[in-house]
Amino acid sequence: MTTPDRPDSKIIEMTGVTKHYEGGVHALRGVDLTVEAGELLAITGPSGSGKSTLLHLIGTLDRPSSGTVRIAGHDVGKLADERLSALRAAHIGFVFQQFHLAAGRSAVDNVADGLLYAGRPVRLRRELAVAALERVGLGHRLHHRPHELSGGEQQRVAIARAVLGDPPLLLADEPTGNLDSASGDAVLGLLRDLHTEGTTVLIITHDHEVATGCDRLVRVRDGEIVFDGTANDRASTAPRPEGAR
Amino acid sequence: MTTGNTTTGNTTTGNAMTTGKAMKPPVPARLGPGDVARVGLSGLRARPARVVLSALGIAIGIATMVSVIGISASGQEELLRRLDRLGTNLLRVQPGDSFTGGEVKLPAGAVAMVDRIGPVFTASGTGEVSASIRRTDRIPKEETGGINVQATTLGLLQTLDGRVRTGVWLNAATERYPAAVLGSVAADRLGIQRPGVQVWVGDRWFTVIGILDTVPLAPEIDRAALVGIPAARAHLDFDGHPTTVYERSAESSVEAVREVLPRTVNPENPSEVAVSRPSDALAARAAAAGTFTGLLLGLGAVALLVGGVGVANTMVISVLERRREIGLRRSLGATRGQVRTQFLTESLMLSALGGAAGSAIGAVITVAYAIARGWPPVVPAWALGGGLTATVVVGMVAGLYPAVRASRLPPTVALSST
Repeated sequence: MTTPDRPDSKIIEMTGVTKHYEGGVHALRGVDLTVEAGELLAITGPSGSGKSTLLHLIGTLDRPSSGTVRIAGHDVGKLADERLSALRAAHIGFVFQQFHLAAGRSAVDNVADGLLYAGRPVRLRRELAVAALERVGLGHRLHHRPHELSGGEQQRVAIARAVLGDPPLLLADEPTGNLDSASGDAVLGLLRDLHTEGTTVLIITHDHEVATGCDRLVRVRDGEIVFDGTANDRASTAPRPEGAR
Repeated sequence: MTTGNTTTGNTTTGNAMTTGKAMKPPVPARLGPGDVARVGLSGLRARPARVVLSALGIAIGIATMVSVIGISASGQEELLRRLDRLGTNLLRVQPGDSFTGGEVKLPAGAVAMVDRIGPVFTASGTGEVSASIRRTDRIPKEETGGINVQATTLGLLQTLDGRVRTGVWLNAATERYPAAVLGSVAADRLGIQRPGVQVWVGDRWFTVIGILDTVPLAPEIDRAALVGIPAARAHLDFDGHPTTVYERSAESSVEAVREVLPRTVNPENPSEVAVSRPSDALAARAAAAGTFTGLLLGLGAVALLVGGVGVANTMVISVLERRREIGLRRSLGATRGQVRTQFLTESLMLSALGGAAGSAIGAVITVAYAIARGWPPVVPAWALGGGLTATVVVGMVAGLYPAVRASRLPPTVALSST
């Protein structure tokens, strides 16, 4: 695995990562996690287990208290804030539970913002946005505003925005948390398609079905990784079912 | 190592292996001016009512300042145009002060001497007569009504560029007889509207033969009853010494004429001659018209300041409300600087919107007021430019604190807020 010619093969590398907040909260206590490019990964764990903190660190929205986080080969702890911003713009797409769409702006405008900070001209952004919306099956909803769309459709708009620049890493934080099961399945199908096309997809979820649908499953508890393996492994080793909320 | 499932043990090795491979850290892209404007505008478009209200504060301040400056500039322009019409080449010669404090008189031949100065077009003089003018002989001598009697040379009307409102001016015949021409104010005070009326001057009746229009450059003529010099000598004990000499010369040689006037009029005692330029008073008024507005301008500045506080307030609230949007933009790759620029742009646009509206309102007020007063409307470009600069400064200052706050918001905090 001496691959200087393929430095991108490890998209996430976390070594001895801890994170504590003021007031003595230890959200992560020494996490090691490596994710190869092209994986489909679920992170699960009860509330307060540290999985949100994990997502923030992987998404370079926050820095570790100790240890190193490398995203696409870049040491997050050593990059200045504006370099981190550029890293997010080029390498990471985010999908949130609350969609975070701009009210009063059309689907195309919302999606086009996905490349705003990558410095692409507005015309190109809008062209790509139309293509991305068609790709998530919303070609007929281009000029609808968020309040005119169903929850599932809004999340698909958010996904289109996240993948507009073809980022190698897509982070989805409870993407189906606010959706009914049919819409949730559609969104998951979409994420799976993106994975098939080569994107590394990392899903944080409470949902047992969502988690077992992924190739690899990481379970976090009290700030530590307590399980890392395939869904089948987990079914045999985990003492109790998912959903310990 | 190539398998997807990595255990904690070999992760460390993999990490150590890739550490040697240093990658160039990514560089954030710059937002073009179009994108900066588009992002700023999208924030404003989402809350139109609030935008209008907070821009209104700025608009009131700018409108006040522009209209105050515009109205005073229009008034000044009106005075300057009048000055232009009247000419600034008129000089007035009067007796000055003597060293001893005694009464000073101009020599009897003063008018003729002034007339002989090369560049002088026309010269004329009036001499005050001690007799008083009254409507009838029944009115006591003391009730002069602030008007006096002046003996005048025939050329006075031409020198002062005055006009007869009704009746006729004195001529070589009427100047010998008890005939008087009234200044406009004198006619009003005496209650005389048309010629042919008799008035009591000194101790005999004079006939009014004409009434003058207002003479803007010589208000003392408005308050006088003018009689011919021969008549004044014959009936009113006039001593023949003029008390005021008027002359007009070429515009370019006014200063030169002014230099030689004292010595020409009174070669023996040039220091006892006072020369003045009546148009100077008008010019001073024009200058004063530009300065009396300080207080109103201050009021406008206060309004602008309050408007600026309103914009700052709007922006602070906006930042609080839009934490999620800030978090999203950071996750999309916006740098702190780009978030700061976004909110600063928004504040600038808000303020500039108010400034533009205020300038337009101020200009309309100026034009309407000037037209109502019959003045030439003038909205100075520097006032509009100054207003624009003021709004830009206000927008900057008002937006700086909220923009810095927005940019300092950690993305994780921004995203987790509801």
